[in-house]
Amino acid sequence: MIELLSKITLSFQTFKTHRLRSFLTMLGIIIGVTTVIAILSLIEGLNRTVAKQVQSIGSDLIFLQKFSWVSTGHRDLDKLAGRPDLLPDDAEAITKLSSVEIAIPQTSRQLQKLKYKDNEVSNSSVAGSDENYSWVNNYIVESGRDFSRDDVLHRRAVGIIGSYIATNLFPDETALGKDLHLNGHRIKIIGVFKEKGTFLGNSLDDFILIPYTVFEKFFPRPRGTLWSRVYGGYSISIKAKDGMKIEETIDQVRELMRRRHGLGFDKEDDFELNTQQILMELYQSITNVGFIAIVAIAAISLVVGGIGIMNIMLVSVAERTREIGIRKAVGASNNNILAQFLIESIVLALIGGLIGIVFGMLLAWLVSAVSPLKASVSFWMILLGFGFSASVGIFFGIYPARRAASLNPIEALRYE
Amino acid sequence: MNKKTDIICRAVDVKKTYWRGKVAVEALRGVSFDIKRNAYISIMGPSGSGKSTLVHILSCLDTPTSGEYYLENALVSKYSDEELAKVRNIFFGFIFQSFSLLPRLSALDNVALPLIYRNVSKHERIAKAKEIIKNVGLADRMLHRPNELSGGECQRVAIARALVNDPKVIFADEPTGNLDSKTGAEIMEIFDHLVDEGNTVVMVTHDVNVAAHARRTVKLKDGLIAND
Ligand SMILES: Nc1ncnc2c1ncn2[C@@H]1O[C@H](COP(=O)(O)OP(=O)(O)OP(=O)(O)O)[C@@H](O)[C@H]1O
Ligand SMILES: [Mg+2]
Repeated sequence: MIELLSKITLSFQTFKTHRLRSFLTMLGIIIGVTTVIAILSLIEGLNRTVAKQVQSIGSDLIFLQKFSWVSTGHRDLDKLAGRPDLLPDDAEAITKLSSVEIAIPQTSRQLQKLKYKDNEVSNSSVAGSDENYSWVNNYIVESGRDFSRDDVLHRRAVGIIGSYIATNLFPDETALGKDLHLNGHRIKIIGVFKEKGTFLGNSLDDFILIPYTVFEKFFPRPRGTLWSRVYGGYSISIKAKDGMKIEETIDQVRELMRRRHGLGFDKEDDFELNTQQILMELYQSITNVGFIAIVAIAAISLVVGGIGIMNIMLVSVAERTREIGIRKAVGASNNNILAQFLIESIVLALIGGLIGIVFGMLLAWLVSAVSPLKASVSFWMILLGFGFSASVGIFFGIYPARRAASLNPIEALRYE
Repeated sequence: MNKKTDIICRAVDVKKTYWRGKVAVEALRGVSFDIKRNAYISIMGPSGSGKSTLVHILSCLDTPTSGEYYLENALVSKYSDEELAKVRNIFFGFIFQSFSLLPRLSALDNVALPLIYRNVSKHERIAKAKEIIKNVGLADRMLHRPNELSGGECQRVAIARALVNDPKVIFADEPTGNLDSKTGAEIMEIFDHLVDEGNTVVMVTHDVNVAAHARRTVKLKDGLIAND
């Protein structure tokens, strides 16, 4: 152990005498480890945010829609527009399924401007649903009250606002009981939702919820555009029963909807069932590309860095042929010489790796500081960085070290 | 005295052939040679007669092409590289004409070098090297590097290095060849003293005055012993 330490210090000595040369040699490894650590920690950070966000959708929720979340090519917009609308009746029928807790219709529209006295917010949206909306979507009515069945059935012009609208339109007074004007129609605020945060960068608190019956009256659907025929109608949010396999619920819903749409066995579905699962799968397929990129960068820098190290070690062996001869003459064995040069190349690679790890962390930190991406460095990445550079040092150091070890002492001593 | 223990090294009909491309150079053509305990031998002969080749084989720096070489009755000609390294380390000390010190190490560290390969602890290495370096009269220069020392001083360091493992035989290939006659004489005094203390010394030299220090002189000619 003490011997190993003294050998390592000996190799530091060598680097000190050839500082620039050693640094240039390490450049390949430094660049490789830097990129790998930076990309890994950024992907890891992204993984955490995305996983958290996607999970916030709720693993027990299924969204019955005309379109799929993951394949929205412009080419099939025509086909999607031709699909039958999904309706509140469908939600009612789905709710009766044994594996379904509840299904609700949901629709929404973007609002240009929402005003109250001198305050206004723009780009908020209005959503239409029923009295079970807050339950299904995990909203909590913080003040006032939720919808009742009667509000929905009797088309009462009442609304519940998100916390963003509440704080911006009613900074110094209560919103409850106030009237808002939507598209020229008056809506009375009966409740305020508790703040929920953001989803993939979008605020979840910037909307007003009204009964879907009212929504249909106030916001008649523009029939014309393909876009509105695909995205403008209802989607049905389905909450699966607790302890039920979500696949089973999906199967039941699919079967029911195929029957309701009168699809023969040879016809494909004319609706889509979206879950957080497919979002996760989409995300993973994207990050897989990132991982392939890392493997490629790692492989290239491994070869480049390794060849650099091998080259410099061969130079070092040649320069120190006499030294090798002297050491052998006084009793160094082949293995002693092998170890000396191998340790040297490993130390060289490890220093490169260490610098790369530090640079990589700095780079990730820098990216985090100037962009919304949040890097997350874990211990295993640092180990990976060290393991990676140590293996480069061993793999590409073994040939020069062998060459040094196999030198004949007399010939080495004669070398000028 | 028992003959077996008296003879340290014995070479029997040793031959060494070098190949320069397809041309064979017969450096040694059948040399038999004994080294007895506490011997003081000089090897002389014209340039190219095989003196260096012989001491390289005797000191296990090189291996013979044919013939046997025994070290205290063990046949070394069949030893592996690892075993030969060990033999060089603990049996022999070697002094070169050109000193052959490691330029980046201090005199002290150069002297301690053979101990590293014997797995001696750093503390002991330093202690032992200090003791030896004092014996060759360099106590005040031991932290200097070779390029800060004179030729004579360098050769003393090399001698100290050869002595540090208490070798059974000390080999020297023209140890005074790079030195002026006065410094050479000082080095020879050290050798004389070593033999007086019971050490065994084998040296190669061109200089008759140097050879005169030895008790036995072997003359080589064309790879054969011409005169013993
Ligand atoms: N590595 C080698 N390859 C080829 N020939 C060699 C090699 N080493 C020595 N020789 C040859 O072997 C012969 C003996 O060489 P050696 O070095 O033993 O001579 P020497 O007696 O020590 O001479 P000198 O007094 O000049 O040192 C010479 O002819 C030399 O050219
Ligand atoms: Mg010679």
